[in-house]
Amino acid sequence: MRVSLHRRIAAPIAIATIVGLALVGCAEESGTDSGSTEGQTVKISGGITGTEADALNKSFDAFTKDTGIKVEYTGDKSFEGNIVTKVTGGSAPDIAIVPQPGLLKTLVETGEVKEAAEETSANVDKNWSPDWKKYGTFDGKFYAAPMLASIKGYVWYSPAQFKEWGVTVPTTWDETLALTKTIQEKTQKAPWCAGFASDAASGWPGTDWIEDLVLRQSGPDVYDSWVAGDTKFTDPDIKKAFDSVGEILLNPAYVNAGYGDVKSINSTAFGDVAAKVADGSCALTHQASFLSSNFLDVKTAAGTTPTVAPDGDVYGFVLPGIEAGSANIEVGGEFVTPFTDSEAVKKVTAYMATPEFADARVSLGGVISANLNADPSKASSPLLQDAMKLLQDPNTTVRFDGSDLMPSTVGAGSFWKGMVSWIDGKDTDTVLSDIQAGYEN
Amino acid sequence: MTTDTLVDNRSKRQVARATQKSEKMAQKRLTSRGATIAAIIIAVIWTIPTFGLFVTSFRPGSDTQSTGWWTVFVNPSFTLDNYSQALNSGGTALTLGQSFINSLGITIPATVFPLVIASLAAYAFAWIDFKFKNIVFVGVFALQIVPIQMALVPLLSLFSKGLTVNGVGIFPGFELRDAEHSFATVWIAHAIFALPLAIFMLHNFISEIPGEVIEAARVDGAGHGQIFFRIVLPLATPAIASFAIFQFLWVWNDLLVATIFAPSTSLPLTQTLNSLSGTWGNQWFLQSAGAFISIIVPLVVFFSLQRFFVRGLLAGATKG
Repeated sequence: MRVSLHRRIAAPIAIATIVGLALVGCAEESGTDSGSTEGQTVKISGGITGTEADALNKSFDAFTKDTGIKVEYTGDKSFEGNIVTKVTGGSAPDIAIVPQPGLLKTLVETGEVKEAAEETSANVDKNWSPDWKKYGTFDGKFYAAPMLASIKGYVWYSPAQFKEWGVTVPTTWDETLALTKTIQEKTQKAPWCAGFASDAASGWPGTDWIEDLVLRQSGPDVYDSWVAGDTKFTDPDIKKAFDSVGEILLNPAYVNAGYGDVKSINSTAFGDVAAKVADGSCALTHQASFLSSNFLDVKTAAGTTPTVAPDGDVYGFVLPGIEAGSANIEVGGEFVTPFTDSEAVKKVTAYMATPEFADARVSLGGVISANLNADPSKASSPLLQDAMKLLQDPNTTVRFDGSDLMPSTVGAGSFWKGMVSWIDGKDTDTVLSDIQAGYEN
Repeated sequence: MTTDTLVDNRSKRQVARATQKSEKMAQKRLTSRGATIAAIIIAVIWTIPTFGLFVTSFRPGSDTQSTGWWTVFVNPSFTLDNYSQALNSGGTALTLGQSFINSLGITIPATVFPLVIASLAAYAFAWIDFKFKNIVFVGVFALQIVPIQMALVPLLSLFSKGLTVNGVGIFPGFELRDAEHSFATVWIAHAIFALPLAIFMLHNFISEIPGEVIEAARVDGAGHGQIFFRIVLPLATPAIASFAIFQFLWVWNDLLVATIFAPSTSLPLTQTLNSLSGTWGNQWFLQSAGAFISIIVPLVVFFSLQRFFVRGLLAGATKG
């Protein structure tokens, strides 16, 4: 009996020992040697996927040639949710490209984010306006350098159609409303189209509308205090912005061109509107500068790929301010967040803050950078070139996308949901107090 | 000898005739023209979205963005571009083709491991007497309640940081995540998440095996090994096969566990498929082609094991 008991126990122990040894062996193999950065691989992850991810990988080619450091970018569509799990689980990538300062704050609070290297910080001072550095700074410590940017609040239209109707690009908000009325009278159809659907993030295109109007109507100071949570959603300044947006988005005569009634805004994917603008069934739509990449895969009524140019098939103008000539614009962007402080990672983050990186990425098309020393003429379309010049212009007042700065329960929660139910017909006051209630969650 | 076979043959024929008769009756009672028509209508309606996706996967991207798939019937235009683009681009560090291989590399072991462990454990829970057997079994069963999402962070930190209690290192943690093309963490994670249900289902099936069979084997001198391999495994094949199908499909379609645990070089098909549409969703038509590439394997698995599936689906369902 004793012998058989021994045998019974011995076998599992032997197996466990073998497995254990095998696993430990694996662990030892993967130790990296320090010293020269040559031949090391830096892993970057982020929410950028598709052709944009290919371009990002390609933009490191020159850097890899010069330094011997390999850069490997992996995109993940649900990056925003997964990165927090990975970081708290102790399995962060070397560098994460974080698209929201609010998320960046959450990550910094885990204590895993490393402070930016001195060289990176110096490059940011040299190449970016102080506003951008501020978004990557928490408690006086600078962590994350900005990467690329996009301008929110473009209005996309067809220059050819504008010519046909004899109308011009508006320079004030009132002119925009007048233009809408003119087009509506000329075509007897709704001029605007909009799409709020974006899976779990449905409603975000609406938040951009509201933010644009708050920034233009009430100015950057109110905008800042609203984003900080001091000005409440229920305050008159914010309600005014909702009412102004409602003049277009809640007016059955003005929306939803090419799709149906007001409520169809919620069921239309935000990127799909590009197809309707291209084929001429929708005269105006409000979306960020990145929509230009959606025009690559659609067709005009004639069956060709639309040209994005001031005299082409589609083009965009920045949603005008209340008065002519005012330049308050809302932007979005990504931040390069290091989780390791090895020499190789320091070199990569420093490189990503240089104009050389901005030029390399911008010339591959589809994106712009707010890097002050980057070359705007490298951007892939006249629209993006103008957008970059606008970002580099010292007279432009730039504010970051408000919903990305608010706590996620509001900025990525009640604000998105509020926009959807507002379109569904809920009255503005209830929607506003519902959104405000997100601060208590 | 001859009379024996004669009787045998006669009774066989009798049984066969009786079976045929009852089968016919069952068929008569269960089918009617109305039911058949209803079944066909339901089948057609349920297939339309998949069919639409199938048609979309062969349409040029710009057509897909402007008109519905049903317009192909009046205005046909087809292309294989979506498939070649989807296979070769992938939209992230891996192409769809590479991640297809990764998916196989993850799924097959992640199906085999939990099944091996679970069938052994189920046999032990059913036919070996040991102390606290029932409490341990209830404990294993209760683990099903733990949602995967809650286990992600602790498990990940166990893998990457190891476990230290009061400064004493209990488990060093392995840095497998950093190794290229390493699947170990994903396999372990999938096996862990599958075990409670696998053990429970197989236990219910294995414990239904008549005690006389096991006892007879014991009397003939069979040990646990022989009983397990020569009696329990052959009898439990339908249950094991049906759970294998389940587990295969779960792991094949899993996105969350793999994204969290796999290193970037061993991400599965679902991850690439998810990224295929691009940051701004402007290339979503590629996903229709990608979806059909990823459907192939589950279909093959399902159809080749389907006869077990129907038999095994009810395994353990009658006894809780």
